[in-house]
Amino acid sequence: MASEVKDAASGRRVVEFDSHAVNFGPQHPAAHGVLRLILEMDGEVVERADPHIGLLHRGTEKLIEYKTYLQAVPYFDRLDYVSPMCEEHAYALAVEKLLGIEAPERAKWIRTLFAEITRILNHLLNLTTYALDVGAITPPLWGFEEREKLLEFHEAASGARFHANYFRPGGVAKDLPAGLEERIAAWAEAFPKFIDELEELLTNNPIWKQRTVDIGVISAKDALAWGFSGPCLRASGVPWDLRRAQPYDMYDRVSFQIPVGKNGDCYDRYLVRVMEMRESVKIIRQCLAQMKRGPVKVQDHKISPPPRSEMKRSMEALIHHFKLYTEGYHVPPGATYTVVESPKGEFGVYLVADGSNRPYRCKIRPTGFSHLQAIDHMARGHLLADAVAIIGSLDVVFGEIDR
Amino acid sequence: MAEPLQNPLRARHEALIPALEALSGVLRVYFETDELVALVARHSLLEVVRTLRDDPRFAFEQLMELCGVDWPEREERFDVVYNLLSVSHNQRLRVIVTCPEGGAVPSVHTIWPAATWWEREAWDLFGILFSDQPDHRRILTDYGFEGHPLRKDFPLTGYVELRYDEERKSVVYEPVKLTQEFRNFDFISPWEGILTLPGDEKVHEKRVRPAATSAGQAGAEKG
Repeated sequence: MASEVKDAASGRRVVEFDSHAVNFGPQHPAAHGVLRLILEMDGEVVERADPHIGLLHRGTEKLIEYKTYLQAVPYFDRLDYVSPMCEEHAYALAVEKLLGIEAPERAKWIRTLFAEITRILNHLLNLTTYALDVGAITPPLWGFEEREKLLEFHEAASGARFHANYFRPGGVAKDLPAGLEERIAAWAEAFPKFIDELEELLTNNPIWKQRTVDIGVISAKDALAWGFSGPCLRASGVPWDLRRAQPYDMYDRVSFQIPVGKNGDCYDRYLVRVMEMRESVKIIRQCLAQMKRGPVKVQDHKISPPPRSEMKRSMEALIHHFKLYTEGYHVPPGATYTVVESPKGEFGVYLVADGSNRPYRCKIRPTGFSHLQAIDHMARGHLLADAVAIIGSLDVVFGEIDR
Repeated sequence: MAEPLQNPLRARHEALIPALEALSGVLRVYFETDELVALVARHSLLEVVRTLRDDPRFAFEQLMELCGVDWPEREERFDVVYNLLSVSHNQRLRVIVTCPEGGAVPSVHTIWPAATWWEREAWDLFGILFSDQPDHRRILTDYGFEGHPLRKDFPLTGYVELRYDEERKSVVYEPVKLTQEFRNFDFISPWEGILTLPGDEKVHEKRVRPAATSAGQAGAEKG
């Protein structure tokens, strides 16, 4: 803040600048959770940003070390609670890799389908609340209605709107209910029109562009050095997508484009996400077209539970069921760093197994951790209000950053 | 064994092995499942990772993740694991250095600025020190937290719990009181956990590692 004083002796105006710290959060609607951001300000300009994280730390990694491999799955929903199924996906793939099993074809299609539904779910939340942060109220009102439709698909498949616990090592928890595929197909026909409407509100909106163009620019070289991934890295012009480069499940059987930005500013990060939603709809259509009936989990009942009907008649099935839900399965010793392209970027699980029924170490690589770390680099020299736009464009969720 | 998902990368990773082994400071290069791992001596870590980033054969531009693993029974207790990614060559490498309790690992924040927070996290959760790291604050735990919670000798329940005290009108810390005893079951059994029974080692000498689901099927054969 500049204060103007008239110097009595000389008669000249003296302007005093006072650098001071602003405590942004931990309870601030634009902090997207419990972020405590200490901003050293020079007037309205950010001189240094020091994020304090960990206010939502729940010790997930420690807790997982005391749970069986199956009991650890629900913890992953609660990391990035905006894209729960993608987090489960990484964990399920990691355990499958250590066990040396592969999920059946239909399970892989379902997982690819729901990973993309989750991606749209995540981008809808991020883009619309990001717009809210910089002053547009209509996008979240419209976007949350669309989200609700998608959450109904989550609910139909898993029984829960958010904390799905649906992807399991060796497949998915249960098959899709009858009629769901048709409902998703009908939705996928209608949804691109909604993206058009959302774009009408924002893409060429002069206020939106004033707030986001050339704000928080990060070059491709810096983005790589700071460990960026996902849309934030692609907005800086690096055409890198794990779904294409290191495909998992059925991503090598579907065709899609990878949108890449040019300037690496907040506006490009927005555009990349909008384009990604369009690509996700394409993937969803292809999944629905190629899915066939079949088993949805591995048929080894040491790893996946036996069907309920069998348990009423077969002694062995009953034993399997009991052992699976008490002791779980033992995973041979080994380690893996398994990654998926979550909506926010590279979400990884570094899983160390020691041969017992519980993970020896389960390190979770949250995506937003690296992105948030670079906020000092990106916000320096910007106005306070721009720091809000940058946080919104980075798509941070504290469930995963703090773990 | 089912075909690993990242099989196309395997050939590329195998081609890297001779170049990696030629670097001084690299102790051992091997495959863990189908992922390439390099054990590196702690004192030469900085030179090795600088080469890994700058040498066009490796070009590991990104440090995706850094974490600690605690092995209390080992002489050098901690593993520090660096997961590197090369976007230009589409290859991954895991670098592992070991570190004794109280020892320090050279900080790599000059090579990848992203390392700072990961190193703060490893310090916070494991108590691993990083030399030349200017920002060595805790990151995930509470302000004023004591101990390193992800060490194996740190109890799951922790030592203190906090509540709001109505009389003192503030948040107070107290020793943990468990209303029910902490339950920790041991599932090691001679039938499931140990695949080789004592005196039965010869059975495994000639047998190739059991196919898919080694744990599950080995158990099924015996049962």
